[in-house]
Amino acid sequence: MLRRIRISLLIFLLLLAGCGRSNQDDEEVDAEGAPFRVAIVMPSSTTDIAWSQSMFDSLTAVQAEMGGEDALKIAYSEGMFRVTDASAAIRDYAAEGYDLVIAHGAQYGNSVFEVATDFTDTSFAWGTSSDTGADRGINNVFAYGAVANEGGYVNGVVAAMLSENDVIGVIGPVAGDAKLYIDGFVRGVTVVKPDAQVNISYTGSFSDTTLAAEAAHVHIQAGADVLTGSAQQVVGAIGVANENGVAWLGTQSDQISLGPDVVVTNQIYNWANVIADMIAKIEAGELGGTAYRLTFENDGLRLEFNESIEIDDAVKEAARAAIEDIKSGAVDPVLIEEDDE
Amino acid sequence: MIDELFTISTLIGILHSCVRLATPYLFASLGETFGQRSGVLNLGVDGIMLMGAFFGFYVVFEGHNLWVGVLAAIAIGVMMGLLKAFVSVTMQSLQGISGIGLYLFGLGLSSLLFKTLIGSVEGVSGFRQLPIPLLADIPGIGHILFNHNALVYLAYLMVPASWFVINRTTLGLKIRAVGHNPEAADTLGVSVNGVRYTTLMIGGALAAVAGASLSIGLQNVFQENMTNGLGFIAVALVYFGSWRTVGVLGGALLFSLVNALQLWVQALDIPVPSEVAVMMPYIMTIVVLAFTARQIQRPAALARSYERGE
Repeated sequence: MLRRIRISLLIFLLLLAGCGRSNQDDEEVDAEGAPFRVAIVMPSSTTDIAWSQSMFDSLTAVQAEMGGEDALKIAYSEGMFRVTDASAAIRDYAAEGYDLVIAHGAQYGNSVFEVATDFTDTSFAWGTSSDTGADRGINNVFAYGAVANEGGYVNGVVAAMLSENDVIGVIGPVAGDAKLYIDGFVRGVTVVKPDAQVNISYTGSFSDTTLAAEAAHVHIQAGADVLTGSAQQVVGAIGVANENGVAWLGTQSDQISLGPDVVVTNQIYNWANVIADMIAKIEAGELGGTAYRLTFENDGLRLEFNESIEIDDAVKEAARAAIEDIKSGAVDPVLIEEDDE
Repeated sequence: MIDELFTISTLIGILHSCVRLATPYLFASLGETFGQRSGVLNLGVDGIMLMGAFFGFYVVFEGHNLWVGVLAAIAIGVMMGLLKAFVSVTMQSLQGISGIGLYLFGLGLSSLLFKTLIGSVEGVSGFRQLPIPLLADIPGIGHILFNHNALVYLAYLMVPASWFVINRTTLGLKIRAVGHNPEAADTLGVSVNGVRYTTLMIGGALAAVAGASLSIGLQNVFQENMTNGLGFIAVALVYFGSWRTVGVLGGALLFSLVNALQLWVQALDIPVPSEVAVMMPYIMTIVVLAFTARQIQRPAALARSYERGE
């Protein structure tokens, strides 16, 4: 019997060590001068140098701007790739009285609307989406998304100018998800070099870094001298690009640290304005109803060059011109072609 | 387009990718073979890999030699193996469940350590391509087999080494005896628990090196959960290979070959939907499993804990 208990205890401890949720604030907050409390549920980790990190970095930037933890408390649950887990976390945060609960993934939509109808005094946000539920009488949900094809287009222009072989490799996660970015990218390449070859491969996963790394090898062997890709899986691919001295164009977060000599540009998602605006609206009593879009025009998208490597001025100039064209509407960064999906 | 797939350079590329991709599977599956041949199923391989990947990376990140990184991985792998042995052999907990516990433990702890000690995804300079003199110059074969990093070669060297230990040494004999009939082995004076502790430590060490082969060999970064379930495929490959080292090699190569093929099919823009391409390795695995469902070599005492009768 004693053995049974010991074993159960051990397994329990092992399981406990594996799970767990990170909370920056465990203490209860008192009512007066209470900070704004925001909770976020993310599919991957806060350090994925991609989708989740872009939001987390923006949150901490807003926190710093507002005056630290006394003004804005952030709680987060990461690695919530299972929607049922995420759904439970969203409900927990709502029940704990957070002012804003962010569900950072398109797959969380149903959960958000379900919880939002039960907690009408709590504000929710989710993305990628433009659906705030307003047409169904829900008015405490914000939606957000990035117009990723804008930066994709600019990265495509840069890729075409950098490529000497006129072969460019793209490493996507799951067909469909990175479609906006990749469509924009292909469009950007073909505008500059209509005959350049853009080879696209998907790993079928957001997090298979091993396969993404091998995909980078394959693209390089197939002649590609510029690579891009999206989702947290790309860390392995950037490592391979770095090892082979092949240019890498990043998206979602700043990826320079992984390839200081090869990462040329990064399209960075800057959610800070969106978060600040949501907080302002919530404090003014408006709990939802707005759908935000990150664009170059509203500073939600930024294209940053790696300042520590030498980049031809003509490339930088072309990128700047492309951004201006997108802002002015002179260019539509969407692939206008028959689509196979 | 489709003819591009059958050019010599593409075929060489596919086989080169295949050889490299098989590396982590080989280390992890061979390690798991040791454990299973002695009768212990360890589903915690993926967690051990993550710990190995993290410690190997961290040591190199701190400025130490790459081989010190591998040793660090081995050390943590041995400790994880000991933990598994304590839970499954000494405490006799259910092997499957405790393995899952170990996996979650490794997943959680490696993420926690990564967050605390490093904090953001960083790159290191890992094992470089090491063409073997003369051999690497052989046309075709040279590039496929002899133009990889040191850990890739090590993985393939582990195949004959493991075969030798399991089939030609006293330890191997004890391992097989304990896996097939622990009662009989015990009667003959073999320490069942001692052998199982040993195999789990070997398995832990190899799984951890499999992880390090990713973080300081193939990708040169550490990211939370970077194995992405690779350790579970490694466990499946042991069944796939009917508990034989050569079978495991075959399984790892086949799985990697189909994976390499699908990456090339996509990269060459051959009109196969990417969803189908991505499924190919798994479909192939199921097909082969269905046709090779012989379980001749299955250790009879697999997943059964042993308690000496009175």
